[in-house]
Amino acid sequence: MGLRGVSAIVGLGELRPSRETPGKSALDLTAEVALQAVADAGMPLREVDGLCVDPITDAGMMIPSAIGEYLGLDLRFGELVDLGGASGAGMILRAAAAIAAGQCESCLCVTVAPRLGGGFWGGARHQSTSALPEMQFEYPYGAIGANYAYALVATRYEHEYGDTTRARAKVAVDQRANACQNPLAFFHGKPIREADVLASPMILDPLRMLEIVMPCGGGAAVLVTSAERARRLRRQPAYLLGAGEHITHRTITYAPSLVESPIRAAADRAFAMARVDRADVKLASIYDCYTITVLVSLEDAGFCKKGEAADFALRHDLTWKGDFPTNTHGGQLSFGQPGLGGGMSHVTEAARQVMGVANGRQIPNCDVAYVNGNGGFLSEQVSLVLARAA
Amino acid sequence: MAYSKPLPEPSGVTQPFWDGAREGRLMLQRCGGCSRWVWYPRPFCPGCGGTKLEWRQTSGRGTLYSYTIARRPPAPMFQGDVPYVIAIVELEEGPHLTSNVVGIEPEKLRVGMPLVVAFDAVTPEVTLVRFRPA
Repeated sequence: MGLRGVSAIVGLGELRPSRETPGKSALDLTAEVALQAVADAGMPLREVDGLCVDPITDAGMMIPSAIGEYLGLDLRFGELVDLGGASGAGMILRAAAAIAAGQCESCLCVTVAPRLGGGFWGGARHQSTSALPEMQFEYPYGAIGANYAYALVATRYEHEYGDTTRARAKVAVDQRANACQNPLAFFHGKPIREADVLASPMILDPLRMLEIVMPCGGGAAVLVTSAERARRLRRQPAYLLGAGEHITHRTITYAPSLVESPIRAAADRAFAMARVDRADVKLASIYDCYTITVLVSLEDAGFCKKGEAADFALRHDLTWKGDFPTNTHGGQLSFGQPGLGGGMSHVTEAARQVMGVANGRQIPNCDVAYVNGNGGFLSEQVSLVLARAA
Repeated sequence: MAYSKPLPEPSGVTQPFWDGAREGRLMLQRCGGCSRWVWYPRPFCPGCGGTKLEWRQTSGRGTLYSYTIARRPPAPMFQGDVPYVIAIVELEEGPHLTSNVVGIEPEKLRVGMPLVVAFDAVTPEVTLVRFRPA
């Protein structure tokens, strides 16, 4: 049984990613997206009795209660979800589990990212290098941040399966075409061609600038409620039919494989629970911190065979009107990456398409969508199957 | 000028690795129960759960499993180092280490090429474990 048809996404709130969010705290951004999501669902805020939130930098401990208090909620379920880029999808899984267990009925899932500039390193803060193994065994070699890890994946992938340069560029180009149909996307109105990708500066070989997400401020909120409550709301819900999670490592050095990610087990569980075939999926909403992530994910989620993703990406039109629509909001590469709200953007877009409200880029008859959240360095994977009917 | 890049702060469990590096030996733990090499250092074997771990000197040899060339610094203190090579090295004994490959033009790197450890005493206390072509 699992979580099949127990819950549904009924409300969405999302901010347009921006380079900075001056004068706005994480709580301010939370209020904005939370109010949008409940208004979108047509549900009074006070009916929300569950809350999933992400870690807020510098907010310390007990974050669910802090946000619940701020929003004036009376909560029966509060959860801090710390799965990196998989947090958004992980929140939907946890909300559904809490609803299925009768712990709450309507769970608000919020990811926000205030941003005041600065890179990954975040200025002069001192970090003890003994807190995590990677601080002791990776940082001293300049192996810091996420870019290097995905570059290592790309190099090894190409060693085993051949060149992916044009396929990676195609992912960036097709997703940008999608973003040009999405007014919320950071790069809306800025189409690119393959030549632009290949001419953009090399950052970490073989990954170029236009293959790497841009950190932004912003955020998103998703309201999940019981299937029963969803049917009493006025709008078309996006029912959750399947969900699966898999975590194997944190740092890329210790990944069981550089070219096969833990997505496979998460996706297999989600599709088995949903009783849906891959062939019935109308939208692949796949975490895309880098172009190579999309290729590896397409394979490991089971949409093509191992080693064939480059050919698959080149053969298919990945735009909203194509034969394999992928990341129709632009993906994070073109939508922007507002912290963990970047991962949530794959959930909001899949829900929009299933609800039939993806104005300007609606996939015809999008009755089934696949979502993948990817955290860290292909470390944490959460797969979801959303559908128009429970 | 003082060394400004991140340095390891060893714990009791990891100290023998850094002590070994300072003495020019690449030391890893080996499990007395299941004979697995254990990397990174732990108080137990993540393979079998055993706690009889021994520090052993490795050959210091391995191959290039994957690599990338950092063209932009990931943190300000690496500004003077770019371009530099970040690599995963597969040790002869099996474990993967992330490190740098030095002593070769980055464009000449090839996945699978043989490497050997190159100790780099960056401060009087800390010797980093880099690799160079064998």
